Amino acid sequence: MTPTAGLPDTQGAQRAPGLRGWLLMAPLLAWLGAFVVAPTLIMLVYSFCDRDELGQVVFTFSWSNYARVFDPTYLKILLKSVYYAAITTAICLVVGYPVAYWVGRAPERVRNKLLALIMIPFWTSFLIRTYAWMTILKSEGPLNSLLLYLGMISTPLDILYTPTAVVIGLVYSYLPFMILPIYGSVEKLDNALVEAAFDLGAGPVRAFSNVIAPLTRPGIVAGVMLVFIPAIGMFAITDLMGGARVPMIGNVIQNQFGQARDWPFGAALGMTVLLLFAATFWLTTKKDPSAT
Amino acid sequence: MSTESKEVMVEVRRVTKTFDKFTAVSDVSLEIRAGEFITLLGPSGCGKTTLLRMISGFETPTEGQIFIAGQDVTHDPPYRRDANQVFQSYALFPHMTVKENIGFGLRMKKVPKNEAQERVRDAIAMVSLGGMEERKPSQLSGGQRQRVALARAIVCRPKVLLLDEPLSALDAKLRHSMQVELKHLQQKLGITFVFVTHDQEEALTMSDRIAVINKGKIEQLGDAGAIYHQPKTTFVANFIGQANILEGEVVSRAGRKVTIRLEGGPDVTLMADDLPDDAKTAMISVRPEKILIRKEREESDNVFEAEIAEEIFKGATDQLMLKTPGGLELWAVVANESARQATVHKGDKVFCHLHFDDIVVVQGT
Repeated sequence: MTPTAGLPDTQGAQRAPGLRGWLLMAPLLAWLGAFVVAPTLIMLVYSFCDRDELGQVVFTFSWSNYARVFDPTYLKILLKSVYYAAITTAICLVVGYPVAYWVGRAPERVRNKLLALIMIPFWTSFLIRTYAWMTILKSEGPLNSLLLYLGMISTPLDILYTPTAVVIGLVYSYLPFMILPIYGSVEKLDNALVEAAFDLGAGPVRAFSNVIAPLTRPGIVAGVMLVFIPAIGMFAITDLMGGARVPMIGNVIQNQFGQARDWPFGAALGMTVLLLFAATFWLTTKKDPSAT
Repeated sequence: MSTESKEVMVEVRRVTKTFDKFTAVSDVSLEIRAGEFITLLGPSGCGKTTLLRMISGFETPTEGQIFIAGQDVTHDPPYRRDANQVFQSYALFPHMTVKENIGFGLRMKKVPKNEAQERVRDAIAMVSLGGMEERKPSQLSGGQRQRVALARAIVCRPKVLLLDEPLSALDAKLRHSMQVELKHLQQKLGITFVFVTHDQEEALTMSDRIAVINKGKIEQLGDAGAIYHQPKTTFVANFIGQANILEGEVVSRAGRKVTIRLEGGPDVTLMADDLPDDAKTAMISVRPEKILIRKEREESDNVFEAEIAEEIFKGATDQLMLKTPGGLELWAVVANESARQATVHKGDKVFCHLHFDDIVVVQGT
């Protein structure tokens, strides 16, 4: 059911692990069992339970939590989350692909330096980076000052606490997760194949669409999944950069487990999102057996 | 044959290519005739592949110009040149079938579907790949991949076909049969072939003309016979076939007829065309198989005595190391005409006979 549960399957298809293999995997399996499978099962149970006035979980069986998920209020937020995540993924792909391609085609000695440049922002805490963005985007922040100074705008733009700010924050945070897998695919791409495409009369655009893109597809698929799936569930950036005005499904879930003290409903929302992830994973990997 | 035609298909005019500080190709000029099979032959790193890549458009000359069919294409990208390349690694698109690979160029050139299908079918037949149309490159053998690469290029009917060591990944047997096949294909299609190889035997087998390249320059250009029989430099003599390179002092001279006293060896007389008038010393090249070895002295332009110091059985031939009384060592090759016939053996004293024409003055490189 969970994406991780699929892992032993795809690996084991080629070679069944022997006793030694299982021993080597034991720590990982124990970890996944204790911290992924067990909590997921607990959530699954909770999602069918009820709660009393104090927020305690009452163990009865009911579908009512799932029925609430499809309440228009929550459904709208869920769809909006998918929408923002999709926009984030699209921007990351359009911005990240050329970077990944350029780095992947660079001479070997330059490549690692360029990769380091992409990774350097990660050395700073995520929260600090997000606060930095808030400072940049706020109405009296440097971006507005610059635009005002250049005369491109006459009144400060309200970017912070809007969906735009959320998407900017999401793109900034997830861009490396798009770049790195695509880079991996581009690096493996034989330059002679690109040359062959040119040689046979394909200009840059058609060489890309007919040869480069299909051959780097595994990287694109991996990048899309690594950005789209976590972006749906992100709540910190929406909290900080969207204020309370741009709730995404991650915020709602967080709220159910926090202030609202409605764990069963939170669990039901969580399971729904999990199903959505699993479906995305299945759809994107199904067509291309060479992915993963 | 078409080699006599005067039409120039590819012209390389005073082309130089430098990478950072390394000069890969240095002021090379070359005219390739329409319908000719020309080979760029040289050791790895000599610049032959760079030269080819400038014709195909993957490299831009630092200086000089490239013309294809009279048009200056120096700065045209590969997709605007009427030339196709067969890559050393074949570079078949792994995500496409044999048919899709071969049809790719026609699809890019927007050839109408019906015509494209027909041409693909013809090309598949021409390289005997019938029945493989729907396979992916990964399901083919090395030889089959090679054929797909070839078909993919010739289906575009380019004016020039550029081949970058296309046979080097094949095993020896397959390579020999592909050499013959390639040559037949070229004659049948009448397309100009520019073939890059470091394999001298491959070059001799297939080419109308060979350009021997060394250190970014063309050392010698000519047909296989001329390159083999009249090497101009020690490099050419050594690189193509085997050669005894010997040095000596010019002792007498009458017109073309020159006599040279070899270090530690006999005097040899030869006909020299390009030896400078004031030359005091000269370097000569003698092919091992041209030294005629007999137990008795026979009539010849040059005769000298030697002892067989070494004998190496090579199957069809015997390789002999000859040592003259003065200590000069040189290699000779004799055919093993018959197992029964008594031939010369190690330790034998023999007479070596050399014709004027089989001694060539070469320049050191």
